[in-house]
Amino acid sequence: MTTLHTVNKSPFSSSALDNCLGLAKNGSTVLLLEDGVYAATAGTKSAEAIANADGVSFAILGPDAQARGIEGKLADGIKVVDYDGFVDLVAEHDKVHAWL
Amino acid sequence: MAKKFMYMNTKAPYGTIYALESLEVVLIGAAFEQDVSLAFIDDGVYQLTKGQNTDGIGMKNFSPTYSALGDYDVNKIYVEKESLEERGLTLDDLQHLTWEDEDEDWAEKDSIKLVSRAELADILDDQDVVLSF
Amino acid sequence: MKLSIQINEGPYQHQAADSAYQFAKAALAKGHEIFRVFFYHDGVNNATRLAVPPQDDRNITQQWTDLQKEHDLDLVVCIAAAQRRGLMDEDEAKRQGKDANNIAEGFRISGLGQLIEAGIESDHLVTFGA
Repeated sequence: MTTLHTVNKSPFSSSALDNCLGLAKNGSTVLLLEDGVYAATAGTKSAEAIANADGVSFAILGPDAQARGIEGKLADGIKVVDYDGFVDLVAEHDKVHAWL
Repeated sequence: MAKKFMYMNTKAPYGTIYALESLEVVLIGAAFEQDVSLAFIDDGVYQLTKGQNTDGIGMKNFSPTYSALGDYDVNKIYVEKESLEERGLTLDDLQHLTWEDEDEDWAEKDSIKLVSRAELADILDDQDVVLSF
Repeated sequence: MKLSIQINEGPYQHQAADSAYQFAKAALAKGHEIFRVFFYHDGVNNATRLAVPPQDDRNITQQWTDLQKEHDLDLVVCIAAAQRRGLMDEDEAKRQGKDANNIAEGFRISGLGQLIEAGIESDHLVTFGA
């Protein structure tokens, strides 16, 4: 089954992203939203972990990145979606797992 | 057809209410005859420790409730090995949770299964609904 | 698709309720069905009609009430979580001998079984929380 994982915590204050990456299967997608978007900032350990996570796709919620002023600082290759795109990601996967 | 429901527990008890209110959902959810599993990872493993005593903090000790889960046919309780080890804990530090197997003359069986991160990833993959707490 | 949404955090304190609202609005605009929105933990506080946010800020409870009216949404507040936190409708206030109630229009109070049912009946349960 395919899973959409959502992570809404900064990687600097929470192990949510680590937990997610440790348990996400190949073919799944991780959507970073709210404070989770900081994980995609270029030059961070978390961005490196994301780049090295083979078989898992990543997306970031654009409005959350814009709100936090980091849209221009995102690591290359991460897909940016809006809330419409979030809804589409949910529809495209078998289930959603929120990493709270 | 029954769906596979996973209750994902990632938080320690008492510091916040999530563990207690997660348990309340599990107990109510048991009446719906779905295929229920619980997973404990990260600080969630602290929910299952033995010897919790809340006398000094004025809060209710709800840890004995976990031992009633077997009576509710909730008997697939997965504890992630890596989370336990990172915290310097072993299975002996956790409550001994059991259930009685009706199909085998009510033989008492362990509810807790210690699983590796890779094994848990497969179990999670197989679920229909994940409830996160 | 048929969706349900779970909201675990109160308004203003955490972004969860805002994210859930934006998500719900987008899903409805795309023609998806929302079977239920379930408010749990501090999320029950989204249902108070007594909050008075500053004029220049969004009114989260009002946003839900308006969306409920427009799309006939089922906004369910968990009774166990609500009782602890002092959220009650008229019936519950009477039952508990309280002198007031505070549930906003469009929300209803019901049991945790409603969350399980949402998981059973929906294609996807999407959780927003902390």
